[in-house]
Amino acid sequence: MTEAALKEAKQPSEINLESGPDAGEHQTVGAPFHDNAKITVRNVDVFYADKQAVFDVSLDIGKNEVIAMIGPSGCGKSTFLRCLNRMNDTIDICRVTGSIKLEEKEILDTKIDVVPLRAEVGMVFQKPNPFPKSIYDNVAYGPRIHGLASRRSELDEIVETSLQKAGLWNEVKDRLHAPGTGLSGGQQQRLCIARTIAVSPEVILMDEPCSALDPIATAKIEELIAELSENFTIAIVTHSMQQAARVSNRTAYFHMGKLIEVNETEQVFTNPDHKLTEAYITGRFG
Amino acid sequence: MDTLHLDQHISAQFNEDLEHLRTKLLEMGGLVEDQLKDAVKAIETADGALAEKVIETEKEVDQREMALDQESITILARRQPAASDLRLVMMVTKATRDLERVGDEANKIAKMAIALNAEGSDGGRGYVELRHLAANVIRVLNTVLDAFARYDVESAMDVVREDKIIDTEYKSAVREMITYMMEDPRAISRVMNIMWALRALERIGDHARNIAEQVIYLVHGTDVRHISIGDIERALESKR
Repeated sequence: MTEAALKEAKQPSEINLESGPDAGEHQTVGAPFHDNAKITVRNVDVFYADKQAVFDVSLDIGKNEVIAMIGPSGCGKSTFLRCLNRMNDTIDICRVTGSIKLEEKEILDTKIDVVPLRAEVGMVFQKPNPFPKSIYDNVAYGPRIHGLASRRSELDEIVETSLQKAGLWNEVKDRLHAPGTGLSGGQQQRLCIARTIAVSPEVILMDEPCSALDPIATAKIEELIAELSENFTIAIVTHSMQQAARVSNRTAYFHMGKLIEVNETEQVFTNPDHKLTEAYITGRFG
Repeated sequence: MDTLHLDQHISAQFNEDLEHLRTKLLEMGGLVEDQLKDAVKAIETADGALAEKVIETEKEVDQREMALDQESITILARRQPAASDLRLVMMVTKATRDLERVGDEANKIAKMAIALNAEGSDGGRGYVELRHLAANVIRVLNTVLDAFARYDVESAMDVVREDKIIDTEYKSAVREMITYMMEDPRAISRVMNIMWALRALERIGDHARNIAEQVIYLVHGTDVRHISIGDIERALESKR
């Protein structure tokens, strides 16, 4: 090793950061599209009053795929997720343009009824939010209002299978009529997942579902996500990059409202295409 | 993007950890490089003391291998590095192993130097071939360490190409040695010692190539092992 070479030696952080398009010119790199799309998003912009929060996002979410959305706080990933079942409708100043299709149906069409839409595209939130009702009623609530069960026995069956799919049945089967709020945080979150899947959704949106949970409860939810992906399409927003790496098939990286890169998760965490993705996942933002 | 500082991790300690890992690998490379140069010189100058020094250095090389592995594991456990950081750590653990093997081969050459000394030199049949191959191998090892220090894929590619040439030179040198042995059966034992040294040099060329492939992986994230040079060039072309 020559002295000169040692002096010239680059910092580890310099490598691979020279390539990739400039963040100024916006074009999503990688593979944002999917051959077997469940949800097709094209040119979506989101505004809060005059302020634009999401810029021209085009993305396919594949059938039975787990897609993780990562990015720094305020990058628009949660806002984007909430577009997928029109949750942003609840915010008066929020305006969404572009096209989001659930298979053939245009989600952004103002004429569609959002109540059945939200049964088809369910959502699990950051904080477990069970209703102040019994465990049974928490799960039975959705099927009841959507008229999915005509008899008590049918409802019982929906509750049981939903709790089983959510990995909670064995822990609660002897106290179905105890209040849902009496469960631990991890159990409450799985109860919310059971409540979501009780109405047979096609897509489940998860907005940081584990950020209020301990590592063991988190591991159970992650295991559950893997099992659920056999029957559902899952889009998850997470602040934990390790979680994105563990649970997802593809990872989408958002930065300042723009969808920077979408690629196979394995590639994103070993050799991302975009320098901004690289900077974020290696912890180089200062 | 004026709010971005891409040249720094948020954690200064992480920067230091990675930099330390890299510096230690380069130091180990320098040590092994000296070992190789000394071993070859020991044969050329019939210097038994120098050969002993090479063998003595082996212990330090082994210690450094273990220390680097420990450091890499600590970084994996504590930092969960991703992308280029992850590739750097993986690359270092692999390159460390190759360097340790280079040290082993240098050791073998040093032992041959001692054996040749014991037999007494006889005008040096085979030394020309040995000197020629050694010069190329020493250069290749130096180039690959520079390529790592500078993240220089072009130099790494040179090493990959050069290794092919070294293999060819090795084969032709072996043919020469066989000729010498047929011409003078009394020299068989001595020429065999030179053949072992040639073999060790050829192996060092292979290790240099392995490290070169790791440098390419580090910089581009492309695995270029076990494919032809043409395929590597095409793979790298698409990265430009």
